[in-house]
Amino acid sequence: MSLDMLLEWWVNNDRLIDLLITALGQTLAMVAIAGLIGFIFGIPLGVLLHLTKETGLLANKATNKVLGTLINIGRSIPFIILLVAIIPFTRIIVGSSIGTAAAIVPLTIAAIPFIARLVEGALLEVPAGLVEAAQAMGAKPRQIILKVLLPEALPGIINSATITLVTLVGYSAMAGTVGGGGLGDVGIRYGYQRFDAVVMMITIVILVVLVQAIQSLGDYLVKRVDHR
Amino acid sequence: MIEIRSLNKVFHQGKRAIKALDDINLSVSEGAIYGVIGSSGAGKSTLIRCVNLLERPTEGSVVVDGVDLNTLSSNQLTLTRRKIGMIFQHFNLLASRNVFDNIGLPLELAGVSKQAIKTKVDSLLELVGLSDKKESYPTNLSGGQKQRVAIARALASDPKVLLCDEATSALDPATTQSILELLRKINKEFNLTILLITHEMAVVKSICSHVAIIGDGKLVEQGAVGDIFAHPKTELARQFIRSTLDLSIPADYSARLSDTETENSHPLVRLEFTGASVDAPIISQVAREFNLDISILSSNMDYVGGIKFGLMLAEFFGTPESTEQAIIFLKENKIEVEVLGYVA
Repeated sequence: MSLDMLLEWWVNNDRLIDLLITALGQTLAMVAIAGLIGFIFGIPLGVLLHLTKETGLLANKATNKVLGTLINIGRSIPFIILLVAIIPFTRIIVGSSIGTAAAIVPLTIAAIPFIARLVEGALLEVPAGLVEAAQAMGAKPRQIILKVLLPEALPGIINSATITLVTLVGYSAMAGTVGGGGLGDVGIRYGYQRFDAVVMMITIVILVVLVQAIQSLGDYLVKRVDHR
Repeated sequence: MIEIRSLNKVFHQGKRAIKALDDINLSVSEGAIYGVIGSSGAGKSTLIRCVNLLERPTEGSVVVDGVDLNTLSSNQLTLTRRKIGMIFQHFNLLASRNVFDNIGLPLELAGVSKQAIKTKVDSLLELVGLSDKKESYPTNLSGGQKQRVAIARALASDPKVLLCDEATSALDPATTQSILELLRKINKEFNLTILLITHEMAVVKSICSHVAIIGDGKLVEQGAVGDIFAHPKTELARQFIRSTLDLSIPADYSARLSDTETENSHPLVRLEFTGASVDAPIISQVAREFNLDISILSSNMDYVGGIKFGLMLAEFFGTPESTEQAIIFLKENKIEVEVLGYVA
């Protein structure tokens, strides 16, 4: 494709380009906001899961069991079903059951248990000896969490964030079901349902680039904070 | 400084109860370096972890600096632990913090100001000889350097007691010596009471003033290091003392060794000298008086706490009668004699 051809295509398809830019914005908004709120709830949950384990700092079998079960339930519901099933809840939170904001609610609900499990796994990597050493030097449980567990697990937690964001990019493709928009929605409606191969290709390329960017950024940050 | 009374610890593994510590009584006076030695699984790690209640004893009391730890609330215990430093076999440094921040951590936990932390950590870095490494991360340090950082960290909150949980077991012999040297230095400089556990008698020999020997969860013997080396009462104590000397039979000898005496064979004996043995030139005396030729295969003598002790492997060339008399004579002089076999 020569530069002239590209330019010509650009001029002839300005509506489509507007559509793609809007969709990219929607995808980014959905992924970023759901990821952010997901982490605000998911990290404490993951920490709690880790601490209440049998060998944990605040061992509590009942809490651990209840929490674990809730998280498993959250993780076993297919996203497309969750999306529709929680519409009444979504309406309470954002006042509407359609649109990008309405899609963010189920995305967040799906992200929380996912993140909690990943964070639990990251915390598991912290050697038990470090917690013991902190106890021996007179650290309170809150200090152990904030000064030992979380900083030591930071590379793993950033890795979890990367995985979560990439997964949310995938989930957001289903947001079109409730009129959430986004690149996936454009791909389905224009590319798949109208057999427009060009649009399909463009959305896929943008999604690939987006996922690559998230992964590279995540890897870079892990490298920065990992002193192991 | 540390007073352990009738300490018991029982672990439950499913329905089975395992007695890890059985009626331990131990008293460590201020400024002492007290060693607890035992093989792996003897319960020594559990014992030292009971001293700062990382492990809760099933029964008995642990008194450190006049405070019975068992009676403290968890908050009080946390504060009391700041006066009990601890170092570990695997160092347990935080990978996310550099050397400076690792050493400063206990002070940070105690809410000390940044400026005061800097002053304190810089002086500790000087003490352990790592001033040039303060920006390094633990992963870039050698084992010995890591343990030095751990020691500095343990000293940051000016503890009265330092617990060493197999602190040199992951280090090579030369590094072990330098770490022991450092421990001795801080013991003298700060009059710091040190309780250490180890499976190496060499560590005890090198820095401890007192030692307790633990086997199967029980303290079988304890006292001043010199006394224990001089008069080991139990087989376990004797084993550990022997282990510091490491005397093995040369391979070609053990190939020719047999259990029974034949006409042309000579006994191979192991002589064990303790502080009780007379300080006389006994080997040449035996050779002269019983008309024996003695060939010394290997010998290892050492002094601990002013006590001479050692092991010797020797071959006795003489008539069976004179050999027998020589052995009786040696035993009369408090030398343990064991005939290992006969060399043809």
